[in-house]
Amino acid sequence: MLKAYPLGHVRTPFYIRGCTGTIERVCGAFPNPEELAQMRDGLPPVPLYRVRFAQKDVWPDYAGSAADVLEVEIFQHWLEKA
Amino acid sequence: MNEDQGSYRPLSYFQLMEVSLRELLVEKGIVTEEQVSATLEDMRKRTPERGAKVVARAWVDASFKKRLLENGTRACEELGLDVPALKLVAVENTREVHNAIVCTLCSCYPRMLLGIPPEWYKSRNYRSRMVREPRAVLAEFGLSIPETTQIRVHDSTADMRYIVLPMRPAGTEGWSEERLAALVTRDSMIGVAVPKAP
Repeated sequence: MLKAYPLGHVRTPFYIRGCTGTIERVCGAFPNPEELAQMRDGLPPVPLYRVRFAQKDVWPDYAGSAADVLEVEIFQHWLEKA
Repeated sequence: MNEDQGSYRPLSYFQLMEVSLRELLVEKGIVTEEQVSATLEDMRKRTPERGAKVVARAWVDASFKKRLLENGTRACEELGLDVPALKLVAVENTREVHNAIVCTLCSCYPRMLLGIPPEWYKSRNYRSRMVREPRAVLAEFGLSIPETTQIRVHDSTADMRYIVLPMRPAGTEGWSEERLAALVTRDSMIGVAVPKAP
């Protein structure tokens, strides 16, 4: 995950930026919400992924089982190779 | 939209905004009062019974369940439940995995199947803590998940909407779909509860 903090309408939660996960599935491609929020068409559509993160990797002090996971939808331009 | 309870109460900020915006849109000819009423009526018709119908069908029909897990939107269409502009992902609870749903950014919710979200779903408390300490939050709902069961929290941040397919309660062998559907609660489809015991 990119560790970026651009201004504007972004569908990538703060807590997940900079974390490493694995792609669970490809959801399809959707207009870019960051562009839609600026009244533009958001095209071409951006591929959207479901990314799975181990809770222990997101929160170092996570209290539950080491097997617990979190899944978040992430647009392609927010991903970088781990 | 105010219910007249026989006593005068000033409009809240958001009520006033709603009335002002609606009247402006009507005045400018962008929508009509009839369209607003019809949309509200449609919203009221969407209740968790729709989701319960989907779950009950999945419990009795293994091939439907397979299709539901592969493509939630298409499987709902089979039951005559139109889910426009919504990509539905059904996630299955098993002995090994417990799923729960949240939207940390706002309050994305599978309204077409569950209706209007409960207040707590939109609260800052639930939204911020469900991804951080799901076991503690579930315990507050009265749901204790064994350490040996994986908890999978789904943050619906973008275009997908999620519904939990809970485990069928024991002791319901041979039950009809209608009877089963009555056990499926809204909260069990969000993943903060399990279905009612038979």
